[in-house]
Amino acid sequence: MTTTTPEAVEHPVRKNSPGAASGPRRRTGRIRRLGLPYLLLLPALILELLVHLVPMVIGIVMSFKELTQFYIRDWGTAPWSGFDNYRMSVDFDAPVGEALLHSFFVTVGFTLLSVGLCWLIGTAAAIFMQDTFRGRGLLRALFLVPYALPVYAAVITWVFMFQHDNGLVNHVLHDQLHLTDKPSFWLIGDNSFWALLTVSVWKGWPFAFLIVMAGLQNIPRELYEAAALDGAGVWQQIRRITLPSLRPVNQVLVLVLFLWTFNDFNTPYVLFGKAAPEAADLISVHIYQASFVTWNFGTGSAMSVLLLLFLLLVTGVYLAVTSRGRRAADV
Amino acid sequence: MSSPPVAKSPMASPRSFLWSRRVFLTLLTGFVLVPVYVMVSSSLKPLADVTGRFRWLPSSLTIRPYIDIWSTVPLARYFVNSLIVAGAATVCSVVIAVFSAYAVSRYQFRGKRVFTVTVLSTQMFPGILFLLPLFLLYVNIGNATGIALFGSRGGLILTYLTFSLPFSIWMLIGYFDSVPRDLDEAALVDGCGPLGALFRIVVPAAIPGIVAVAVYAFMTAWGEVLFASVMTNDTTRTLAVGLQGYSTLNDVYWNQIMAASLVVSVPVVAGFLLLQRYLVAGLTAGAVK
Repeated sequence: MTTTTPEAVEHPVRKNSPGAASGPRRRTGRIRRLGLPYLLLLPALILELLVHLVPMVIGIVMSFKELTQFYIRDWGTAPWSGFDNYRMSVDFDAPVGEALLHSFFVTVGFTLLSVGLCWLIGTAAAIFMQDTFRGRGLLRALFLVPYALPVYAAVITWVFMFQHDNGLVNHVLHDQLHLTDKPSFWLIGDNSFWALLTVSVWKGWPFAFLIVMAGLQNIPRELYEAAALDGAGVWQQIRRITLPSLRPVNQVLVLVLFLWTFNDFNTPYVLFGKAAPEAADLISVHIYQASFVTWNFGTGSAMSVLLLLFLLLVTGVYLAVTSRGRRAADV
Repeated sequence: MSSPPVAKSPMASPRSFLWSRRVFLTLLTGFVLVPVYVMVSSSLKPLADVTGRFRWLPSSLTIRPYIDIWSTVPLARYFVNSLIVAGAATVCSVVIAVFSAYAVSRYQFRGKRVFTVTVLSTQMFPGILFLLPLFLLYVNIGNATGIALFGSRGGLILTYLTFSLPFSIWMLIGYFDSVPRDLDEAALVDGCGPLGALFRIVVPAAIPGIVAVAVYAFMTAWGEVLFASVMTNDTTRTLAVGLQGYSTLNDVYWNQIMAASLVVSVPVVAGFLLLQRYLVAGLTAGAVK
């Protein structure tokens, strides 16, 4: 995620100083110029500090405390517990650690499948819809509907569809297609993993579609024309030009999808309620459960910190690996 | 801005491509449409149709659910709460993002990179990590200063606007960079201050990007569940939490749930579809460059 644009680096902003300014005016101008960017950033900085960074620090402090419901009114007085919360979280032989590890693996599997499918469907749809054809605008609007729907409205519809007795899924699979001997349970037991994946992909692929669609518009047409002159067919053009050109877009897209999916709370929470079935026990809901249902905030915080460290590690490695590949490809 | 790309290949597309496209897009349309159809059709069914075995077609059409949703739970109040919270969060988020993006796009200053990286990396935080600390922080601020943040709409607005802020800033930086500097330079020479240049030149030229950011911010706030479920009380509850009121009762009024889902979705989906052109244009100019 590079944020400084090459343009801004090449031409440091001398442009802000109108050369015509005379002596004293220029001096006040310089003071304002030096202070102004910080002044402009101030509101964003204060808010980010208040809502993200300070709470994060508090969260890290809390993870070293024995913070149970007895201390919640005045959490500062909770006794320090050193690394106890961490030890408890990663003791994989004890129930708490074992459950966390299980939840972690479920989340990893779920995230890989969901991100992969979202990316695949989104990219395919964007490429197929690059040329104009009748109904393209309508189809594009329709495809964005799952993304535009509020999460709870979309997921609650899926909850209805997955109902055992009166849901659409069992009606189609069992009553109409006779694929199963008896109606299945989708929101409890092992099936819940696939239910969650379906909803997540349904909800998530339009974002990939949107981003890839925007990325496609930045590929110069001349590339395709040149390839066509060389006799490359549509499929070859996609493989040789479209996909490689999308690399920078994909680098960011996949990372963002990964982080959003891994941290997703809303989908499983609305789909399963407060207690997720074991097969679909995503880490965010698991930690929520560990904190709010068992009122053990210290351990919950320790788990959150571990999660953050894991995400930092993955993001760092991912950016290092993909950026290196990119540079090598450019040479 | 998002002029439809002209047919990209001078060659006619081969049959294999056309057929794959037809099959793929048909299947995908089905996948996308089924839940939408279920939502719309079930919202027009009598209760018996949604408690018994699923039926594709309603036995009779009724608009009863659309009348009942307002009395089963205080939906109107939740609706107003959501409107206030999402609206205020959007306005604040956009204004703050415009200032920040302008600073980053047009000025060189110490700490610029630190700022952008820090702001963006907050996107990575699991919401669960700062849910509880934020809750404690709001309670403490309330006790110390008397400003009620916890349980109030203000606290929720504050929280939501920071959720959309990083992405908004990032997207607007890209968008502002694409507005030629010569334009605001000319304005500065003509005697506009930096803020004058921002509001007279840069902002009008970046309207598509700003609209896109506003849509994103509104959707983020309108759809959030986790913080809404912890940080609201009976009077400040938003739709995200309120909608679950239909399903915790003894009878599950699925037709009403579907009707309510549709009603709360219409504003965002309509707005999104109307403005999606800007969003794609904004992404093309900003995020994806």
